[in-house]
Amino acid sequence: MPKNIRFVQGNEACVEGALYAGLDFYAGYPITPSTEIAEQLSQRLPEIGGKFIQMEDEIASMCAIIGASLTGKKVMTATSGPGFSLKQEAIGYACMTEIPCVIANVQRGGPSTGNPTHVSQGDINQARWGTHGDHAIIALTASNHQDVFKMTVDAFNMAETYRTPVILLFDEAVGHMREKLIIPEKGELEIVDRLRTAVAKDVDYHPYLPREDGRLPMSDFGAEHRYNVTGLFHDMWGFPSNNPKIVNELLRHLVDKIENNVQAITRYKEHCLEDAEYILVSYGSSARSAIHLAQNRRNKGEKIGVLELQSLWPFPTELVKEKCSDAKAVLVVEMNMGQVLTQVKAAVKSPDRVFLANRIDGQLITPSNIKQLLRVIQGRGV
Amino acid sequence: MAREKLKAIVINPDWCKGCGICVALCPKKVLELDGSDKAVAVRPDDCICCRMCELRCPDLAIEVLTEEGEKNA
Amino acid sequence: MAVQDYLRQRFFPHMWCPGCGHGTILNALIHSIEELKLNKNEIVMVSGIGCSARISGYVDFHSLHTLHGRALAFATGVKLSRPHLNVLVPMGDGDALAIGGNHFIHAARRNIDITAIVMNNRIYGMTGGQFSPLSGPGVKATTAPYKTIDSSFDVVELAKAAGATFVARTTAFHVKECTEMLTKAILHKGFSVVEIMSQCPTHFGRKNKEGDAVNMLGLYKDNTAKLGSKALEEKPHLIPRGIFVEKERPEYCEEYDKIIAYAMKEKIS
Repeated sequence: MPKNIRFVQGNEACVEGALYAGLDFYAGYPITPSTEIAEQLSQRLPEIGGKFIQMEDEIASMCAIIGASLTGKKVMTATSGPGFSLKQEAIGYACMTEIPCVIANVQRGGPSTGNPTHVSQGDINQARWGTHGDHAIIALTASNHQDVFKMTVDAFNMAETYRTPVILLFDEAVGHMREKLIIPEKGELEIVDRLRTAVAKDVDYHPYLPREDGRLPMSDFGAEHRYNVTGLFHDMWGFPSNNPKIVNELLRHLVDKIENNVQAITRYKEHCLEDAEYILVSYGSSARSAIHLAQNRRNKGEKIGVLELQSLWPFPTELVKEKCSDAKAVLVVEMNMGQVLTQVKAAVKSPDRVFLANRIDGQLITPSNIKQLLRVIQGRGV
Repeated sequence: MAREKLKAIVINPDWCKGCGICVALCPKKVLELDGSDKAVAVRPDDCICCRMCELRCPDLAIEVLTEEGEKNA
Repeated sequence: MAVQDYLRQRFFPHMWCPGCGHGTILNALIHSIEELKLNKNEIVMVSGIGCSARISGYVDFHSLHTLHGRALAFATGVKLSRPHLNVLVPMGDGDALAIGGNHFIHAARRNIDITAIVMNNRIYGMTGGQFSPLSGPGVKATTAPYKTIDSSFDVVELAKAAGATFVARTTAFHVKECTEMLTKAILHKGFSVVEIMSQCPTHFGRKNKEGDAVNMLGLYKDNTAKLGSKALEEKPHLIPRGIFVEKERPEYCEEYDKIIAYAMKEKIS
């Protein structure tokens, strides 16, 4: 059987992944460099009976998908830089109310309007701490289109499994470049569907009482169980409460349900890592340059490897610690001022052997940019 | 024309906050506030079942129960 | 079903102050829904933040208590994904027209079948009595100790201009009219707006020497007049009450269903 092979932009790979995962509602607002996701979905969703709406602003887009998710739909929005900032309050609302949704942020240079048409990876920490208050979040990323597809499917699955917003942190380079994408057959990748309550009509349904396995079965708005959803701290019925015990338990639950599952959530790839003396830790489009350099130097006998992170939050601290423990030096390759660097330094035994190879001028970091720094660290001159 | 006849004015004292709207705006002055600032129907015989107290009550504490009377000739 | 059956009675008495007009609006809304015999499972109430927003906790419907100003944006997601649901969006004046002003005009522009209720008490009550975009000039508030210089929106004119297809105004004094208008608004196909002037004796009344709730209701009686009435003709400075707009225009969800039908056909052929 001929495979479904496409030549697409990264943003289109995200669209294909979302549709494969069962997306049926999208709300968005135009913003570079993520707009192609909205454009494609405005065409594709109605073809399958799904809904697309262009809202009046970024905030409204985020709110609309939360509303739609409550009626039982799989939902997403996509944005970039300034739009991601605007969505933060509603992302916090989805955390607090435990409503599954996916937010793709195709990163561009910031702060502010910044560098709209150029690549950056400056929103890593905003994805983690953009909304106010303690919470946990899942953020995934990818360096090529096959992985963009896969991570998008995973994002929808994790949103349903953990009842949480999941952020896809792509970047302008991956979003806009074109390369091959093989769309998997139906059934090839696992799809997690909405877990709905088995509680019968007229029996008390507790929307916020976790099952023994920690999962919270949902009931669609419009179905037999009427309940309350609020961004205030709330009891197991969803009604506001400032009872210290309830506040304490809910906040711990919101954090623990994700932080305690870091292993299940962690996604990564190894490139020439087995006996590597020098390890490049990277992700997204910058990982492409890191991988290129490592393979190139391997051919010349240098023991260089790459740990490519595909899940950034919750940060895979144990994984980084384990993989990097024997390295002579670790270079974090990213296009920001060291947002993942801080995490890697905190994870390893010798943080003074962790260095930053970055580029922040809107240009893709190149293999030779990384090599220059590597040579300095190796004591082999500039 | 059917004229409604009062069965009872039911006031939930737990919900009533004693704002006095029902007392002041009853066209027949049927209601008063008691010593603990709760509305009570002191002159139910004067009630014309207009239900304005029930509809205006911001605490949703009043219910005017009626039985439909005989049709006037 | 009795009126009480539409309420979550265990949360009563409610949290609003004595004499607050918001309770009367809840009362009128419940009477209207009881009259319409709507199925509780098919009603979604979406509210924002503020005194007004607490209304969604008291009704036995699907209830969504959201973010300040964003109720209509959440409601748009609910309605578009399940158009058969009755979506009611009660909002405060600051909620609907300051922080939520953009969502308000765009929901009206789309003519999406949502019932928006502006519970207008001309003040931010929950935060302690700051002026709102409906306070108007010359009002005392905790953030206007020397009186406001800000002009107010006219909700009716704003909703009309933005494209709402049902626009009405009433007050918490005129409760029968209020119930009737809410009933019509819920039945109307398209974006409907009902502005209900609602007394806040605690903050607005006290700061502006308007007396207690009874006095404030008296002002609604004296300072408003029915659209087309002789009183309004003679005293045009009175605030008009009534139905200002009631017209048909393509409804958003129905139009989107046509898009789906077209896109599906195009894909097959």
